Amino acid sequence: MTKPGQTTAMGVPELAEGYPEVSAPFGEALVNVGRQNPKVIGLTADLGKYTDILSFAAAFPERYFNVGMAEQNLIGIAAGLARTGFVPFCTTYCVFATRRAYDFIAIGCALSRTNVKIIAGLPGLTTGYGGTHQGIEDLALMRAMPNLTVIDPCDATEIAQATAVIADYDGPVYMRLLRGRVPVVLDPVTYRFEIGKARLLRKGTDVAFISTGLMTQRTLEAAAQLANDGVSAAVLHVSTLKPFDREAVLSLIERVPRVITAENHVTTGGLASAVADAATDAGLRLRLKRVGIPDCFCECGSLPYLAKRYQMDTASIVAAARTVLEEEPVLPAAVA
Amino acid sequence: MLPTHSLQPHPIADIPRLQRAARKLRRHMLTMAAGKGQGYIGQGLGFADILAALYFHEMKHDPQNPGWEDRDRFILSTGHYSIALWAALVEIGVLSADELAQYGADGSRLEMSTLDSTPGVEMTGGSLGHGLGQGVGMALGLRLAGKSSRVFVELSDGELQEGSTWEAAMAAAHFKLDGLVAVIDCNSIQADGPIVLNIEPVAEKWRAFGWLTTEIDGNNMQQIIAALHAVRRETDQPKAIVARTVPGKGVPCIERCEKAHFLNVTHIDWEDAIRELEAQHD
Ligand SMILES: Cc1ncc(C[n+]2csc(CCOP(=O)(O)OP(=O)(O)O)c2C)c(N)n1
Ligand SMILES: [Mg+2]
Repeated sequence: MTKPGQTTAMGVPELAEGYPEVSAPFGEALVNVGRQNPKVIGLTADLGKYTDILSFAAAFPERYFNVGMAEQNLIGIAAGLARTGFVPFCTTYCVFATRRAYDFIAIGCALSRTNVKIIAGLPGLTTGYGGTHQGIEDLALMRAMPNLTVIDPCDATEIAQATAVIADYDGPVYMRLLRGRVPVVLDPVTYRFEIGKARLLRKGTDVAFISTGLMTQRTLEAAAQLANDGVSAAVLHVSTLKPFDREAVLSLIERVPRVITAENHVTTGGLASAVADAATDAGLRLRLKRVGIPDCFCECGSLPYLAKRYQMDTASIVAAARTVLEEEPVLPAAVA
Repeated sequence: MLPTHSLQPHPIADIPRLQRAARKLRRHMLTMAAGKGQGYIGQGLGFADILAALYFHEMKHDPQNPGWEDRDRFILSTGHYSIALWAALVEIGVLSADELAQYGADGSRLEMSTLDSTPGVEMTGGSLGHGLGQGVGMALGLRLAGKSSRVFVELSDGELQEGSTWEAAMAAAHFKLDGLVAVIDCNSIQADGPIVLNIEPVAEKWRAFGWLTTEIDGNNMQQIIAALHAVRRETDQPKAIVARTVPGKGVPCIERCEKAHFLNVTHIDWEDAIRELEAQHD
């Protein structure tokens, strides 16, 4: 139960426990990008306050446009700006970008390969506001769209780096946003974000965690907990869902065929599906457990309540690893 | 604003009774918000007078049987105004007052945003720009079924920026849905603060779309009742009431807060707020 005095709809502070935090890493990074590139434009659909873009608005008022609550038009305007040589970054929530403006993204951005960056807040269970606001199937929708680059960053370090990288990349991008006070999980000195590259954050031989977005915070925690019990767990962080780093994924599965995928998203059409597709296509056999949102719209509620309810918390990841460890070893494919 | 002479009070409306009802709705809203640091209390208080007029005067409904098929429908298009709808549903007896404290709590059916699984809720809200389209469908469906029930749709000023609202507005006039009444809550704010993209002139837009339109002070019970009376007229047009409201209305300490969409009210003494409300005698 929520404590009296606690509201559940907004904010992600519960995600940040135990890590240093950075405030509005996307907005700060966009200001830097805007300084270097005068073609960068900031756009929002009445969610400037809630998508961390206000620092850009303050730094470059003449390059910032709030188009009102009109997501289809947001994408249309961005595509038009891109066609005149600008680099529009537009912000809204995952649900409104993908569900409402899907056709506009498909035609105006992806099919035409216009240089539009869509930055989408409230991915998965980062809001307690219920089914209308939780972006639970956006990765599946966006991954299915040709020509689009799809990114689900883990933390403040990755958001800042990815913002700079996608500004330099010429083509349409959909990136999930973590907003407000965002934890720093990846070391900004050693970590290097590249489009289409997965990163092995931890070596291991018994089980392999393959995770994306904020779930990598939790797979790292799960791996550390398992290590205390003598279980060696690898963590591969796949922040670009498309293009998908098949090579890194396959080489890990070959070595460690007991796999747990973890994503802040339904377990169909996102990371788990991408991993299963890659393994099947390559003829690799594996034991796979999928941690993620089951096939349902989720309740309203506080974030820890939701993470537990839908088995997305660290404890559920550890439990999934133990289940996979108990299963029969993977046999080589039967010869027909 | 319409000239006042065209807004004759409804002959049998008991204005003081409706004002008392609105005050009770506000009281329930304060109970829900009390102790919570933030929320949509501003919108709820601003819309309380209109809700009281709808539920205690204008609409036919049966609290014993919220699914009564001959009822008038009320669609709350802005799911985030749920605090106002919960207050009305408690006051008419569809929900119990004991539940108020559970507003927004884990597992509660008094969600921060409406779900149609809660009794008395006609449509799941939260994603804005859905209400009028579903209202058009309900009005068409009721007409096809030969029912005289009307459909009241609350919309916000922010929702006037969504294209879907105008797609529905055009369809309603085309299909001559005279039993459809849109009540547009113009409270002058949206998520990023004061209206960020000009929507005026609001009433003229609805008229241009073929709607019979009146514009009122949405916190003035006389004017609300008069407007509701005026749109009972049988024309072959859908009806629009453009209501100018004040966020936080009726509770001065909340009215004085910054006009913000998601009000941060950590500094409010809720006991004082309740006393302020109860001291009002309109
Ligand atoms: C389609 C859609 N886009 C964006 C949002 C996010 N959002 C929630 S409320 C809101 C403001 C809408 O204006 P209005 O309803 O007038 O706000 P209020 O008066 O309550 O401040 C926005 C943009 C949403 N819920 N739905
Ligand atoms: Mg408004």
